[in-house]
Amino acid sequence: MAHITKATSVRDWFDQRIALTKLWNVLAGQYWIPKNINFLWAMGVVLTVLFTLLFISGLLLLMYYKPDANLAFDSVNYTIMKEVEYGWLWRHIHAVAASVIFLIIYIHAFVGIYYGSYKKGREMIWISGMLLFLIFSAEAFSGYMLPWGQMSYWAAQVITQLFGGIPFIGGALVEWIRGDYAVSDPTLTRFFMLHVCLLPIVIIMVIGVHFYTLRIPHVNNLEGEEIDFELEAEKYLKGDTVNSKVIPFWPGFLSKDFFYVSLFMIFFFYLVSFHFNFAMDPINFDPANAAKTPTHIYPEWYFLWQYEILRGFFFDIGPLKAADIGALAMAFAGISLFFMPLYDRSDVVAPAHKRKGFFIWFWLLIIDLIILTVYGKLPPTGFNAWIGFFSSVGFLALLLVVLPIITIKERKANK
Amino acid sequence: MSVQKQERRDFIGMAFGAVAAVGGAFALVGMKKSWDPLPSVKAAGFTTVDLSPMQPGEFRQVEWRKKPIFIIKKDENMKANPSRDVVVGNENYIVTIGLCTHLGCIPSWSASDKMFKCACHGGEFNADGMNVFGPPPRPLDIPPFKIDGTKLVLGEEGPEYKKLVATA
Ligand code: FES
Repeated sequence: MAHITKATSVRDWFDQRIALTKLWNVLAGQYWIPKNINFLWAMGVVLTVLFTLLFISGLLLLMYYKPDANLAFDSVNYTIMKEVEYGWLWRHIHAVAASVIFLIIYIHAFVGIYYGSYKKGREMIWISGMLLFLIFSAEAFSGYMLPWGQMSYWAAQVITQLFGGIPFIGGALVEWIRGDYAVSDPTLTRFFMLHVCLLPIVIIMVIGVHFYTLRIPHVNNLEGEEIDFELEAEKYLKGDTVNSKVIPFWPGFLSKDFFYVSLFMIFFFYLVSFHFNFAMDPINFDPANAAKTPTHIYPEWYFLWQYEILRGFFFDIGPLKAADIGALAMAFAGISLFFMPLYDRSDVVAPAHKRKGFFIWFWLLIIDLIILTVYGKLPPTGFNAWIGFFSSVGFLALLLVVLPIITIKERKANK
Repeated sequence: MSVQKQERRDFIGMAFGAVAAVGGAFALVGMKKSWDPLPSVKAAGFTTVDLSPMQPGEFRQVEWRKKPIFIIKKDENMKANPSRDVVVGNENYIVTIGLCTHLGCIPSWSASDKMFKCACHGGEFNADGMNVFGPPPRPLDIPPFKIDGTKLVLGEEGPEYKKLVATA
């Protein structure tokens, strides 16, 4: 055991027992952040704040929500919205945060792509981040079901039916996932378990991993410059804070983050107070009805691009059925960005505007995703179907063909 | 620990591995079964429909195992289709599960052009339930049934059902 002496202060008492100062230094006080980064690097902290908001508002909703197919709809739309004091506020915070968190996740991820933060030593940061995106998608979907409105019900119907596309075991698998022949009470209760227990635990663990993966390669910066963090940190600790290229996470970086978080919170609560409707589909204010599909069903905005890829392939190609190609393409789209470090064959780490081909590629990808998102919401008939088809093919081609080609060229040109 | 004791360590390791593997396998089976549909869900699997009051050309929707079932009594304008029709008495009926074979939306019956249209991704089926347009990969499914006089019992595989699926 360590040699314990009489404590000189409360802090010293804890220091001797749980090395408080050391822990603080590892987590914040001497966790080094490059100086040349801008507000786009604040998205990580914004996401942490949003997740905390979701967690807390979720706890308050959980006290009144009833996971039962007969009671769920009223427990949300009557009890929480009308009876519980400030119930509406928690619900709107929860719904708006669930929607906005995807916006920030997308910005966070595309900043990573723009600055090449997924490669050369930072692959694990990228992969753990994509893993978080995937689990967040499952979390969002399982939560979307809980109010048991029409859209909830039919979203669950369609998403669970997707597993029916798996050869041989598909039909049985769908019944197993639902716990019934159709989406019904057992389906609701198991998604409830996933949403409030299993997935949040997994998310918190993966967030821990995601933070940890930053410790060794450190965050990227505006120039993609390779910084010797140990050397620069030494400079800083010696008092040469002006010439050092790094600052500690606390107080230097976080104080700036808090400023951006404050701005963001103003925007966020403006949405919660005045524009919460965008996160609430009107169809979901009809109770679930297993005997009637709404005429036009679509997912929340953040899944539209994947949804459009699912239905983009509307004709059979040779022996492949349209439905199977679509399901495969969507399954691939869901995990495709995991492999960014593999598609990008050049090891230049620089912002996109300093890599010409990559720059064009980046904006083409963004445009394609926007088109997919817009058309994902429109009815898939006639001309729309073709736009859906070409932008789906475009997405796959951009990642699988165009990116490897331009980055191999870039590598050769640099030799 | 001395190096000579290595075999003992190995044995302990393997013993633990074996117990953990067996325990893990049982746990997985248990978890899988807990997610299976409950006996009460499985038991509530039968529905009886009396077809005699139906008019020629009429479309009807009933529920079986929480799924919609479409029934059409064919009239003289609708061609008989021996591989899809359910014959009760000497009337021909179309009986299908009313879930689009694409992703499971409920197509709606459009009586004017005698088609089932699925709003979700634009799939279309003709009156016999054959997929004629869009992403649905196969015709609407026929639920297991038994014919009992003028009644149709859904959920039981009668001889007529077996014959029908054999030809389809
Ligand atoms: S579910 Fe009917 S066309 Fe997709």
